[in-house]
Amino acid sequence: MKYLAEFQNPELARGLLDDIRAAVTRPWALMEVCGGQTHTIIRQGIDQLLPDGVELIHGPGCPVCVTPLEVIDKALAIAARPGVIFCSFGDMLRVPGTDRDLFRVRSEGGDVRVVYSPLDALRIATENPDREVVFFGIGFETTAPPNAMAVHQARKRGIRNFSMLVSHVRVPPAIDAVMGSPDCRVQGFLAAGHVCSVMGTSEYPELAARHRVPIVVTGFEPLDILEGIRRVVRQLERGEHTVDNAYPRAVRPEGNPAARAMLADVFEVTDRAWRGIGTIPLSGWRLSPRYREHDAEHRFDVVDIATREPAACRSGEVLQGLLKPNQCEAFGTDCTPRSPLGATMVSSEGACAAYYLYRRLGTPTTPLEASSVV
Amino acid sequence: MCLAVPGRVVEIAERDGARMAVVDFSGVVKDVCLEYLPDLKVGEYAIVHVGFALQRLDEESARKTLALFEELGLLQEEFGDPWEVER
Repeated sequence: MKYLAEFQNPELARGLLDDIRAAVTRPWALMEVCGGQTHTIIRQGIDQLLPDGVELIHGPGCPVCVTPLEVIDKALAIAARPGVIFCSFGDMLRVPGTDRDLFRVRSEGGDVRVVYSPLDALRIATENPDREVVFFGIGFETTAPPNAMAVHQARKRGIRNFSMLVSHVRVPPAIDAVMGSPDCRVQGFLAAGHVCSVMGTSEYPELAARHRVPIVVTGFEPLDILEGIRRVVRQLERGEHTVDNAYPRAVRPEGNPAARAMLADVFEVTDRAWRGIGTIPLSGWRLSPRYREHDAEHRFDVVDIATREPAACRSGEVLQGLLKPNQCEAFGTDCTPRSPLGATMVSSEGACAAYYLYRRLGTPTTPLEASSVV
Repeated sequence: MCLAVPGRVVEIAERDGARMAVVDFSGVVKDVCLEYLPDLKVGEYAIVHVGFALQRLDEESARKTLALFEELGLLQEEFGDPWEVER
């Protein structure tokens, strides 16, 4: 119970844990889909507070981690071109491509800029009409609507020097793929709360029924996660498999209709390769043909990119919940947040980074180390 | 990047044909697009992700979450400058 004192409301946490403990009669394996939830779990030691037998498996819900190497290499190739201003969220800077990352491109003279919002990239495009401004559009259903709006605005306002390298991914096909794997041990899901804030819950009942797996929409704070676990375990013990919303303060069943309408206008569903996992059918979005003018893949010739994954990196198994980060031989030795082999170590939401930063290495981390991952 | 943070709308204005707001995240102030929550009003709270308000939130939930994020250093992670961090 040593971490319980760090909860915002230890009494509530204790009550939820007591409930979970009272409900459990046999072992259960649950997957938290979202990397943000993984960080809360590891940071607060939630996995170690749970009763024996209740295991949390870390899911593929980190957009930085699952962006395929080929797309990273395309980004690096575009960012290195003269005349290009390459804009990205900060998380992507250190994600290794085949032989370098965006930090390296910048140090070699590339104009790489970190933006907080895709609209910042659009503003940079209006301020630099003689340059090509390219935004790196990655992320799940939470990030896709903002990025869609930037492309929509660019077309509406006639900003021709703005394009987007798009590699968006969708959560429900990933859940389907995890459940379809022959090695799958997952028996219940904590679904990512903010993805559902946008998309609502309508995609989940079919998945829950077909795979006979409970899916509980869960928030990001420690108490949210304990409540999500409590509800999944309760369903499992009763033999139920329904969709339940444990994050109603931020998730309505219909999600955000305006955001969903924009997604449908700007993007179209496509098969997408996930780094370390492989191609998952219909698991991503690309720009629809109407917006081809703003598609960086169309505007820049980046088709013949040679990619090479580091052999020692086992990110793919980590992302599928088949391997815990500290079971990888390179973990903490050849692979650290300062010198990552794979994306799960570099991203602030990656499971390997979470294990490294929050004590699972066996050595205390310093604030400097903790802040070096962006 | 995955993190979505609750913030309070301080000011609303039309800009470049889009409904925009100034939003306060526990002292950090950012421009936020309201196109996906067009009826959000000054004083209300919303979950904001990469500069877009995505879902309305009640004040009490928002304040609790902000306090927790601040305590855990997550606001710095979300809004900090990665070039600065690198040096």
